[in-house]
Amino acid sequence: MSKEMNPFYDPSLKKRHLKDKLFKYFTISSLSISLIFLAIFLGDMIIKGSSAIQQTYIQVEVSYNEKSKKSYRKAVERKYINLLSRAALREIPMKMKNNPSLMGTKKLVWMLADDQVDMYMKEYYYKIKSRDLKTLKALIGDSRVEKKFNTIFFTHGDSKTPEYSGILSAMVGTILTLIVAMAVAFPIGVATAVYLEEFSSHGKWSQFLEVNINNLAAIPSILFGLLGLAIFINLFGFPRSSALVGGLTLALMTLPIIVVSSRAALRSVPASIRQAGYGLGLTKVQVVKDHVLPLAFPGIMTGSIIGLAQAMGETAPLIIVGMIAFIPDSPSSIMDAATVMPAQIFTWAGMPERAYIERTAAGILVLLTVLISLNALAVILRKKFEVKW
Amino acid sequence: MKKNTKINVKDLNLWYGEKQALHNLDVKLYENKITALIGPSGCGKSTFLRCLNRMNDLVDSAKIEGNVIIDGKNIYDKDVDEVSVRKRVGMVFQQPNPFPKSIYENIAYAPLKHGIVKKGSECDDLVEESLHGAGIWDEVKDSLKEPATGLSGGQQQRICIARTIAVKPDIILMDEPTSALDPISTEKIEALMLELKKKYTIVTVTHNMQQAARIADMTAFFHLGKLIEYDETETIFVNPKEKKTEDYITGRFG
Repeated sequence: MSKEMNPFYDPSLKKRHLKDKLFKYFTISSLSISLIFLAIFLGDMIIKGSSAIQQTYIQVEVSYNEKSKKSYRKAVERKYINLLSRAALREIPMKMKNNPSLMGTKKLVWMLADDQVDMYMKEYYYKIKSRDLKTLKALIGDSRVEKKFNTIFFTHGDSKTPEYSGILSAMVGTILTLIVAMAVAFPIGVATAVYLEEFSSHGKWSQFLEVNINNLAAIPSILFGLLGLAIFINLFGFPRSSALVGGLTLALMTLPIIVVSSRAALRSVPASIRQAGYGLGLTKVQVVKDHVLPLAFPGIMTGSIIGLAQAMGETAPLIIVGMIAFIPDSPSSIMDAATVMPAQIFTWAGMPERAYIERTAAGILVLLTVLISLNALAVILRKKFEVKW
Repeated sequence: MKKNTKINVKDLNLWYGEKQALHNLDVKLYENKITALIGPSGCGKSTFLRCLNRMNDLVDSAKIEGNVIIDGKNIYDKDVDEVSVRKRVGMVFQQPNPFPKSIYENIAYAPLKHGIVKKGSECDDLVEESLHGAGIWDEVKDSLKEPATGLSGGQQQRICIARTIAVKPDIILMDEPTSALDPISTEKIEALMLELKKKYTIVTVTHNMQQAARIADMTAFFHLGKLIEYDETETIFVNPKEKKTEDYITGRFG
């Protein structure tokens, strides 16, 4: 059929469809670019961090006697001293104190190797004296050198010897800090949102408040750190570097996010529910508490967990309140000096030893795993509390 | 027709901000009658309805002057709490709006909060009585624990009516209660309204003039925030005094 005969013929269509297609490809390529960046980042971290899963151990004979109790350097043959982790050697006298029956015995023990030995085993750049290298090669020949699963990374805090450092104390610090932050920010944030949305008169004053709260959400986080330093440490005298101060500082930062998302959640509750309540002669509290809040709850939870996840990744304000400290032991209360995972990663990233690089990457992987789990939790909670209409 | 005044509205004016939405309304609404409020969109009939249980108090920009005297007491007096007004003057809305809870909880929530009944068999009885009153007991008696939102629109609306009468009001306001429903559900609600007027005073807003003609004892015609004509339904529909009323009823505008 000729074009003239076709009543649906439209000469401009070809061009319009082409534009459609171009636009579609443009959006797809944007998506692919962001996916590629994500894949490169994750891949890099996994490649760098995966070697931290294993750690080198050397089997040596340890003699437990009076000499070695005084000086750990006497516990093993002298030629092995440089190959072993000094931090692990230092533990020998302590071990003897705790277990006196060891005294006077000799035992073959798998001892943690020095980080340079570990680097050698993992085929990275290493720095070992030629004499020590010879000993090491002999040990490898006797199969007395082995890579084992790195439990130290998950059971120890930071250390000045890279092979002995782990993420645990930073993880505990993060958990304590987030508990404080949520315990403060969640009730205050939700209550603020309820007031602004349900009780305030929506006049000039509440508009002024709204603008300010939105601005608060956009303030650079380092300023919150300065605020925390000025108020919580200098004014209130809370202990520096503690999870309490860090948590309160993060609470300040999370507060506007919770307020804004809770308000959106409250606003999305249909007006008809409120009217139904008021029409029955219920008071405002009855309507809000029993009918509006339960419906807004999934949205409030989602917003709060997003705020929580953001607070968890935050480093700058915590540096200001001193949470970047070297923390070998896990904090046991919110008043103890603590550090958090991103700050720990930051510290490791600045270390000169090659062995810290894999720990940095492994730390990032742990942080990302926790973040993704938190976000998954947000989705699950939302699904669970969602009321079907 | 024997008429006892239940609601006496005197010189009622209402402004939304600068705009006056109701002008000098004077009207008497009668006990155990259905009064229909008709008029084109934006004429103020819903606004007027909301004045009768102080729902306009929830609108920040609304300013009200005048008296609404129910049982001899002006509900806008300083010593009257709007919550207690709404307990005596129930309301049913255009869109069925059951709480997203079970049928039982929908009915029982407000009476429990008002202390009308105690939890347990007393409450169960009230729920059953209210559902009977709304003519929906037989349809839902086996699914009281099911969510009310799973019912059809017409059933939901009757749940809302049951919920309203469970608080034991004197007056029920209905804001276009059937406009979101199909004809069969509408018929059921209309039959229910005729049943309910034996116990309650009903004021309803409707866009549907046939509905007003079918069920209302009294009809008020509103236009641009003014009450143009108010009389017995038959008079309004058969023999209106005002030219505007006639034009509206015959469909010349609206």
